[in-house]
Amino acid sequence: MRPADACDNEVMKMQITPFLAFDADPFDPFAALRRLRPDAARGIPASDRAGAFPAVNLWQGADSIAVTAEIPGVAPADIDITVHDDRVVISGERRGPEADDEAVWLRRERAYGRFSRAIRLPYRVDPDRVEARFQDGVLRIELQRPEADKPRRIHIASA
Amino acid sequence: MSTEIRETEESTAAEPVRGDRDTPVFRPRADIREGKGGVTLTLEMPGVGPEGVDIDLDRRVLTIRGRGRVTRPEGFRQAYAEYAEGDYERVFTLSEEIDEAAIRAGMANGVLTLELPRAEAAKPRRIEVRAG
Repeated sequence: MRPADACDNEVMKMQITPFLAFDADPFDPFAALRRLRPDAARGIPASDRAGAFPAVNLWQGADSIAVTAEIPGVAPADIDITVHDDRVVISGERRGPEADDEAVWLRRERAYGRFSRAIRLPYRVDPDRVEARFQDGVLRIELQRPEADKPRRIHIASA
Repeated sequence: MSTEIRETEESTAAEPVRGDRDTPVFRPRADIREGKGGVTLTLEMPGVGPEGVDIDLDRRVLTIRGRGRVTRPEGFRQAYAEYAEGDYERVFTLSEEIDEAAIRAGMANGVLTLELPRAEAAKPRRIEVRAG
């Protein structure tokens, strides 16, 4: 069991290589991610897995990324999201039950305290176009690739 | 005097089992704390709303089920996964000391809180001895 006030502060380590020789689509920034953890979540119960908090899933859109995270027991007001370049940081605090000297723990599987997690995205995102929603303990953030950074097909003019 | 809450054996499987909705069924993390008035049970069920919780008490077997919502952002495909979504189920066996009729439940931010008050008869009582 993890100590109550020691939520992991861990930066997700992802190696993103922009150009990979054997990728079907050399402009697919998620290709390296998919290869990294081909079936990370298959068959693993979410509630029994130790690791960084909060656990995140990443979603790939046309020119956008969605990050979903399980943060049960935290009020939306206690969650902070900051976006800078290709990095999104989810931090906050999960408050424990009120101190009660007479109360006895019969079972303690949940962790309380401050948490912070930085997630490196496959590309830079526009910090002015970030949407975040929180429902039933699940956070969902949608981030957009800046117009100027989108890959462009270059037309070769015939001589 | 300690209130006993035991977990029913068959519910402790570490592997997720397939429910009738063809989604994995997880065993939610739980905190159980005993205070003066009774026991407080909290269960983590992210993705479950108040309408998705089912609490069943059969004799002293307390079964908690949560129906999870699947988050699949439209126009997106999954690129990386650390957690899987599904339903939740966990079974507890209550001792006789709980006042079953007075159990209160609340669901907020994906966490279910159950207040299990101690039955009146089980509360310690001071017996006064009068001089004859």
